[in-house]
Amino acid sequence: MSEALLTQLVGLGAGAVLLTAVLVLWLRELAVVIRVFAAQGVALAGLVAVLAVHEGSGELAVVAVGVLVLRAGLLPHLLRRALSAAEGERRVTRPLVNVAASLLAAAVLTLLALAVSQPLVALAPSPVTAAIPVGMAVVLIGFFVLVTRRRALSQLTGFLLMDNGITAVGFLTGAGVALIVELGVFLDVLLAVLVLGVLTGRMRDVFGRTDLDELRELHD
Amino acid sequence: MVILLIPLLLPVLTAVAYLAAGWRRSTAWLGAGSAAVVLAAVVVLAVQVLAAGPRTAVGGLLRADALTAFMLVVVAAVALVACAATPAHLRGEIAAGHASARTATRHTVLVQLFLAAMTLAVLAADLGVLWVAVEATTIITAFLVGQRRTRAAVEAAWKYVVICSTGIALALLGTLLLNYASLHAGSGAGLDLAALADGAAGLDPGVTRIAVALLILGFGTKAGLAPLHAWLPDAHSQAPAPVSALMSGVLLSVAFYAILRVKVIADAALGVGFARTMLVVIALASLLVATTLLIAQRDYKRMLAYSSIEHMGLLALGAAAGGPLATAAVLLHMLGHGLAKSTLFVGAGHVLQATGSSRIADVRALASRSPVLAGCVGAGVLALVGFPPFSLFASEFALARAGFANGLGWATAAAFVLVLVIAAVLVGHTSRMLLGASTAAPGAAPAPLPLPIGAATTMVLALVGCAVIGVGAAPLAPLLARAADIVSGTP
Repeated sequence: MSEALLTQLVGLGAGAVLLTAVLVLWLRELAVVIRVFAAQGVALAGLVAVLAVHEGSGELAVVAVGVLVLRAGLLPHLLRRALSAAEGERRVTRPLVNVAASLLAAAVLTLLALAVSQPLVALAPSPVTAAIPVGMAVVLIGFFVLVTRRRALSQLTGFLLMDNGITAVGFLTGAGVALIVELGVFLDVLLAVLVLGVLTGRMRDVFGRTDLDELRELHD
Repeated sequence: MVILLIPLLLPVLTAVAYLAAGWRRSTAWLGAGSAAVVLAAVVVLAVQVLAAGPRTAVGGLLRADALTAFMLVVVAAVALVACAATPAHLRGEIAAGHASARTATRHTVLVQLFLAAMTLAVLAADLGVLWVAVEATTIITAFLVGQRRTRAAVEAAWKYVVICSTGIALALLGTLLLNYASLHAGSGAGLDLAALADGAAGLDPGVTRIAVALLILGFGTKAGLAPLHAWLPDAHSQAPAPVSALMSGVLLSVAFYAILRVKVIADAALGVGFARTMLVVIALASLLVATTLLIAQRDYKRMLAYSSIEHMGLLALGAAAGGPLATAAVLLHMLGHGLAKSTLFVGAGHVLQATGSSRIADVRALASRSPVLAGCVGAGVLALVGFPPFSLFASEFALARAGFANGLGWATAAAFVLVLVIAAVLVGHTSRMLLGASTAAPGAAPAPLPLPIGAATTMVLALVGCAVIGVGAAPLAPLLARAADIVSGTP
């Protein structure tokens, strides 16, 4: 793969990952947010596939398929199932910060990510590592979603957004992590989402809804 | 290296046995038996490590040096306390209708898996495997915290998983960045902890700084350190008593062990200043949070949970001070705190079962209703606030000395002022519970409070253990010294 093509493809993949992260901030309908999240999974898997072709690594190609199945298939499916169980609730996110301010925050966070990631890019400048700030920006945006949403399911998307960002950084920085660790990470993320899904269901059983404003039993 | 695999595989086998046979009279003591065998095995392992150096197993994925061996002793000792207290706790829950034989089985299976995950975390030779094991503990314990399915329990479990998973996700990002720095250092160390520490001088400082900050913040979340400590009082107060004992007594220390491993690498790559500054700030913030929320505390389980934040803050202060004395004190403090805190949570569980309320105001005249339980709780609190002969006196004293000697005079002074305030508050709350006038009608003798003989023996033995370590830590001294050398980078 030529240098110019690699630059373009990595730029395209990273751009799609960042764009979908911003879209999650913008959209209110949870069903649409989940679809956007799945699209981000596809973009992430595409990014890994480009890296696999570039490095001619079969192992990385297998990982790309794994990313596609987990992040574009399994996780959105679990989210959708949790959402469809929420009949009767209004299926929109209820952000604490309005959309315009959220988008402004996303811009600030992206600039912050660019500033913080400078030593990361400087260590090994290449078309691939140049995209690291994008991964960091997605992590920060995911964290922002996590702390500013009041519905359990919206918080879950924030967590998964963060996780996608971390995965992107992982692959862009070389992905030299041993396969056993990668498997462990995959499994842990899947289990964490399953646990949170179960808890969302229990929350609905005992509170009647999943609005986290209802969580007021425990405080000092 | 079978000895390395026993503490890891025996709990898994015990979990399988519980899954197959279920929790019943004949299997009630299986968990405690398994924990006792594990404790014996890790003592043998510690002796071997001292005699013949680090041991490895499973193609180098598992590695036990002196630090790991000491942590295994801590995990096994507190596990024995928690598992020995489990039969009495579960019988009480079943009698009160809070649990059935099925939930009891689930409880025992999950606790054994939890123990295996913590053992894997301290045995891991690789930072990636360590991360996976710590995250696994979150997933397993989430079900234990939410076991009672009340509103409060579900809320606590949700907060626990969301905050801890987020924190541990930051640690994953730090791990990946450290891997990146290691990749370009060209030493081929990967994420192997020992190799990273040896070749740390070649790591890029810019990248390593970001990675270390994320790792300390991430594992600090799991260790209950400020600023991401909000899950701890909820989870520890809602979990069943033996699980609270394990979470407060060892899980926090296991997460702190990860910080110690990261600090070794950070000190070699960045100089001691970076990790020290971060840890001092985190330590003082944690102590301040614990103090302010303890003063007006109305719930005794939450009181114990905030006291755990205090002790984690002290560990962070000791790690910041650095050097062999402070590190040995940090490690000894982990063991002493584990034994005292697990005893107190077991005791608090029995008080809760007997009175049905976790409010301090609802528990009065414990000393006349159950002298043994009151004695254990009272002695446990005295151990916690650092009275001799308990080992926390020795370790806190050493922490203070090391803090002043290593240039952290102001921070140490401020920290110990807060520790004194907390001690006064803890003793005040506890004495009201133990000695306060009974709320029963005047003239009527207060109802005696039943305490199963098994639980009483467990608590007394744990406290005696804590005191014995405090009076004569000599058998532990070589292990502590060797482990402290590993952390302070002076092999």
